[in-house]
Amino acid sequence: MVTKVDLCGIELENPVIPASGTFGFGYEFAELYDINLLGTFSFKGTTKEPRFGNPTPRIAECTAGMINAVGLQNPGVEKVISEELPKLKKCFNKPVMANVSGFSVDEYAYTCEKLDKEEQVGWLEVNVSCPNVHGGGMSFGTDPSAAAEVTRAVKAVTTKPIILKLSPNVTNIVEIAKACEDAGANGISLINTMLGMRIDLRRRKPVIANVMGGFSGPAIFPIAVRMVYQVAQAVNIPVIGMGGVSSADDVIEMMLAGATAVEIGAANLVDPFVCKKIVESLPEAMAKYGINDLNEIIGGAHNG
Amino acid sequence: MNQGVMKIIGNKKIADRTYCMTLEGDTSAITKPGQFVNIQLEGFFLRRPISVCDCEDGKLTIIYKVVGNGTQKMSEMAIGEKLDVLSGLGNGYDTAKSGDSPVLIGGGVGVPPMYMLCKKLISEGKNVKVILGFNCESEIFGVDEFKSLGAEVFVATVDGSVGTKGFVTDVLNDLDYTYFYTCGPMLMFTAIERVAKTSGQYSFEERMGCGFGACMGCSCKTKYGNKRICKDGPVLEREEIIW
Repeated sequence: MVTKVDLCGIELENPVIPASGTFGFGYEFAELYDINLLGTFSFKGTTKEPRFGNPTPRIAECTAGMINAVGLQNPGVEKVISEELPKLKKCFNKPVMANVSGFSVDEYAYTCEKLDKEEQVGWLEVNVSCPNVHGGGMSFGTDPSAAAEVTRAVKAVTTKPIILKLSPNVTNIVEIAKACEDAGANGISLINTMLGMRIDLRRRKPVIANVMGGFSGPAIFPIAVRMVYQVAQAVNIPVIGMGGVSSADDVIEMMLAGATAVEIGAANLVDPFVCKKIVESLPEAMAKYGINDLNEIIGGAHNG
Repeated sequence: MNQGVMKIIGNKKIADRTYCMTLEGDTSAITKPGQFVNIQLEGFFLRRPISVCDCEDGKLTIIYKVVGNGTQKMSEMAIGEKLDVLSGLGNGYDTAKSGDSPVLIGGGVGVPPMYMLCKKLISEGKNVKVILGFNCESEIFGVDEFKSLGAEVFVATVDGSVGTKGFVTDVLNDLDYTYFYTCGPMLMFTAIERVAKTSGQYSFEERMGCGFGACMGCSCKTKYGNKRICKDGPVLEREEIIW
């Protein structure tokens, strides 16, 4: 049975990738299981400067999901390179996906250029879709020309594959994906969280200090499948599908929608072993649906 | 940290909206008082973080207050039902710093973790005083249990129905102690911070995503840098806290 896939010229042993912001810099999960069994993982969103993020509460529960408004807390690119990556090196021997965010085109380019030089980094996942920061992240991913501008600027200073991570909080995600492809993106990942909100009935105030946040979890899975299906048919570069994926069956569904690889986010937070379980149960799920090679099913639901 | 299925062997009401649940299973990851467990409930996406009240020989005791739909569901669960539990979470209290006669201050549902801490300190030969703060008589629990451990117990109620009328600090002001440990509401913390005469440790509460350090949902700033309440806490030392 073949679970190997090719993601922008780099082979993944399997398509299972813990999503950014749910797996830290990996080494803490390595205390729980051997993280080398993963395809790879996308590390915590990194910015040029260190960030504490938003005030708490940052988390709200929802039916079949959760809202977070962490706000890109990270130690900044210098410390990621000098402290986090060396710690990761001790427990992970595969190329890692570097997730990058910024507040200006120059910041994206600066941070990506730095991380591109790190030999541990295999891909740069450029997050133009964080809903939790003002004047950054999502504001670049909701406009095709701004997304293209970030793509061009990052592409100009990097050598490794760049994957643009897109927001679902748009009217036409296909248009934005195509703009990124035209500007030189090597891949597209989607979907980031959906903008959501909860209100505390007793306090009559928003649960989250930042008022709104990113909604993720199984509740958004059908929306993610739909958007992956639309984007994968419109572009000629690999697509990473994510949004509410929690099982091997969900991985297969995402791949049928057109995903070459699949990221798992919120599920990691309720079951720290979920990605290990998915990797280990994938062959059984493939057998159940008569799949010998995962590559045969990528986009299998298209032209239905 | 350990993930395992635990069986409910007890779940009874012990005070107003307050329940004591005992669970049977692998408790090997729980090594210090002040740690917590994170419980998965059917029909709820996120787990419920609950402090450990007591733990020995594969038996875990937690005391929780019904404050929302999740804890309501827990209160309705029957003996024999099973729960998926992440255990051994958080740093826990450090008893090495207590000196000879520490005081433990628990407010409301902040009382439970004081029990295992009290047990540990007494086993280390320390002379332990415990102050328990509640709003009123119907909320009180644990007094006899702390006495049985050999601690000197003081109760304060806001309405004066039992013990000292007022707050835990009204008792604390008149005591001599070498160190303090506390868990309870933020208002109680700020009152303690104003009057405490020694160093001490506070256990904080925050809305959590994962409970094991992955999501950065419960971060706070301290004098020693950013910390995650779930992983680097919930216990912080007085000296590092930024109020």
